[in-house]
Amino acid sequence: MRASPSTIDHRPSTASIPGRFGAYGGRYVPETLVAALEELEIAYNRARHERKFQRDLDYLLKQYAGRPTPLFFARRLTDKLGGARIYLKREDLLHTGAHKINNCLGQALLAERMGKRRIIAETGAGQHGVATATVCALLGFECVVYMGTEDMRRQELNVFRMRLLGAEVRGVDSGSRTLKDAINEAMRDWVTNVRTTHYLLGSVLGAHPYPTMVRDFQSIIGRETRAQILRATGKLPSAIIACVGGGSNAMGIFHEFIKKKDKRVRLIGVEAGGRGEKLGEHAARFHGGSPGVLQGTFSYILQDDAGQIANTHSVSAGLDYPGVGPEHGWLKDIGRAEYVTASDKEALDACVLLARTEGIIPALESAHAVAECLKRAPKMKKSEILVVNVSGRGDKDMGILQDNLNGMAGE
Amino acid sequence: MPLSLSRHPSLVAYITCGDPDLATTRDIALAAIDAGSDVIELGVPFSDPVADGPVIQRASERALRQGTTLSAVLELAREVRSQRRDAGLIIFSYLNPILRFGLKRFCAAAADAGVDGALVTDLPVEEAQEYLTHMRRRDLATVFLAAPTSTGQRLKRIAEVSTGFLYAVSRTGVTGTRQELATDARQLVTRLRRYTKLPIAVGFGISTAEHVQQVAQFADAAVVGSAIVQAIEKSAPLGHAPQAVAELVKELSAFSSQLSAGSSAVPR
Repeated sequence: MRASPSTIDHRPSTASIPGRFGAYGGRYVPETLVAALEELEIAYNRARHERKFQRDLDYLLKQYAGRPTPLFFARRLTDKLGGARIYLKREDLLHTGAHKINNCLGQALLAERMGKRRIIAETGAGQHGVATATVCALLGFECVVYMGTEDMRRQELNVFRMRLLGAEVRGVDSGSRTLKDAINEAMRDWVTNVRTTHYLLGSVLGAHPYPTMVRDFQSIIGRETRAQILRATGKLPSAIIACVGGGSNAMGIFHEFIKKKDKRVRLIGVEAGGRGEKLGEHAARFHGGSPGVLQGTFSYILQDDAGQIANTHSVSAGLDYPGVGPEHGWLKDIGRAEYVTASDKEALDACVLLARTEGIIPALESAHAVAECLKRAPKMKKSEILVVNVSGRGDKDMGILQDNLNGMAGE
Repeated sequence: MPLSLSRHPSLVAYITCGDPDLATTRDIALAAIDAGSDVIELGVPFSDPVADGPVIQRASERALRQGTTLSAVLELAREVRSQRRDAGLIIFSYLNPILRFGLKRFCAAAADAGVDGALVTDLPVEEAQEYLTHMRRRDLATVFLAAPTSTGQRLKRIAEVSTGFLYAVSRTGVTGTRQELATDARQLVTRLRRYTKLPIAVGFGISTAEHVQQVAQFADAAVVGSAIVQAIEKSAPLGHAPQAVAELVKELSAFSSQLSAGSSAVPR
C-alpha cells in the first residue's frame, strides 16, 4: 500500500482543519464546483447555529420521520448466541425505511434557505433516492435521481417508489452501472446546473463540506443511542456495530462515542466482503484498498496499479462502492474504529436469522452488521452490551432474497 | 521553452491518449502539430471522468480497454517531443492516476520526457500546494482552470499560481461540443485579465471554426477537445484518424489565421 499522497502531507494530522480528517477528506473537484461548495459550507455553518433551523429540523425529524427510533433489546437473539446482551437501534422504523431521511431533511431545509429548488441525488439501493424524492415532495422541489441501471434492475421497487413520489429517475449506463457511476452523473449534472441546483449527496462522501455535514445530520442516531442505553442499562455498550458503504449510518452512530472518555466503546464498521477476496469481487476498501482521490475526497479506495478505480461487487447495492467516507479512513488509521467484512452469504444468512428470531427483516446492507454481531456476541461476556445499528428495513430486498434463498419460504 | 502561444490566436488540441491505441495517438499528435496546433493536451484516460461529457467518456473507456496508463502517456510524450521540438505539450489528467504514480515521480518523469506542463482537472488551487512545489522544481508549467462561477478572490489566486497559460472554462458544465459559444466566456476572460498577463485559452464547447473565430476576439487561444475526439472516434475504424484530425485542425485554424484579430499583444 502506498503512503498518503504528498499533496497533503504538509497538513498536520488532526481532525481540526475544516474538511480534513487527519490526511483524509479535502475538496478535489473541478473549479466550476468550488464556489457552490463554498456557498454550501457557509450556509450550513450559519444554519447549524440558528435556532429556527434547528427547530424546523427537529420538528420534521420527530413528527414526519418518526424520531426518536427505539433501541430494542433482542432477547431471543441474545439467548441464542449466549454472549453479550444485544440491542438493536431501529433506524429501519423511520419514514421511508432507513436512516437516509435524517440527512435528506437537513439538506433539503438548507437548499430551501439557499433558494435552490431543484434537487439532484444519486442512489445505490434506492433508499437515499426514495428519501430524497420524499423530502422533495414534502417541500415542493423538483427532483432528479441518478441510479445505475444495474441497481435499477435489482432495486426495482424503489425505482417505482421514487417515480410515485414525483421524482424523475435517470438510469446511468456507464461503468459498472452502480452507485459510483450514479455519483459521476450527478456530479456532471451539478457542474452544469450548479447555479440553480442543490446536490443532495447521500453519504459521508464527496468534497468538503459533505462528509462533515452529512455526519452531523446523522449524528442524532448516536446521541439517541447513548441516552437510551444509559436509561435501559445504566452503562455504555462494549461495542457498536454498523455497516459501512459510504459510511453515513456508521458515522451517525459512531460520532457521539469518538471522544476520549468513551474509548472503551469499541466501534466496528462492516464492509461488504462480497463473494471473494479478488479485486472486483468485493467492496472492502480497508481490506485491499489504498488511499486515493475519488469523487471529490481523499480516502481509501479500491484501485488498480495505474490509479484506475476498480469495479466492486456486493449483494447489497448500498455497500457496492469503491470508496469510503474520509472520516472512516482517519478512524481506521488512528485505531479508534476497526473495520471487518461480511460476505454476501453471511449477510443473507444473518438477514434470515434476524427475521426468524426477532421478527425484523433488515435491509441487506444492515444485515452485514448483523452478521458481525453473530460472530462477535458469543465471544463476549454476558455482562457486556452490544449495539447493532439496523440502518434500514429489508422490504426493498424481497426480490434479491427470493433469488438467493430459493425454496426457503416453502420450507 | 516551447510552451508559448506564439501565433495569435493559437489553437490548443486535446487528445485522449490510447484511443484507438497509443501508436495512433502519436501519429494524431504529430499531425495536429503539423496542421497548426500550437499546444497539444495529452489526455490521460480515467475510469471516472466527472468533468467530461459523453464523447470523452467513451474515448476514455476505449483507451482504458487498451490498458493505457500514465506511464505509457509519458512515453508517448517523449516520442512526440523527440520528433517535434517546438510544440507545446501538456499532460491533462485527473488527480488519482498521478497520485498513484507518485507526485514527485510524475514531475521528474514528465520533465524527463520533455513535457512542458500539466493541468489536473480535479485539483483546485487550495489542494495544490505540494503539487506546485514539485512542478516548480522541475520547471513545469502549472495550468489551472478558471470557471464562470469562480469568485474574484479565486480568480486572483488561480492567476497567481498558473504558469504557461490560463484555461478559462467557457461555461458551467462538462466537456462536449455545443452549437453556441457561451456568453459566459467573454466575461470570464475580461475578469481574468485583471489578475494576469499570461495568455488565456478558452475551452469547453468549442467545436467549429466560427467558435474559434469568436474566441479570437477576446482571448489568446481556443482549446478544442471533444470535436477532435469525435473526429477520431469516427475515423479510427477506417484507419485514417491522423488525416481526419489534421483536416479538422486546418479548418479550425485557417479561419483564425485569416483574421489575426486585433486584440492586445500576448506577452511571451
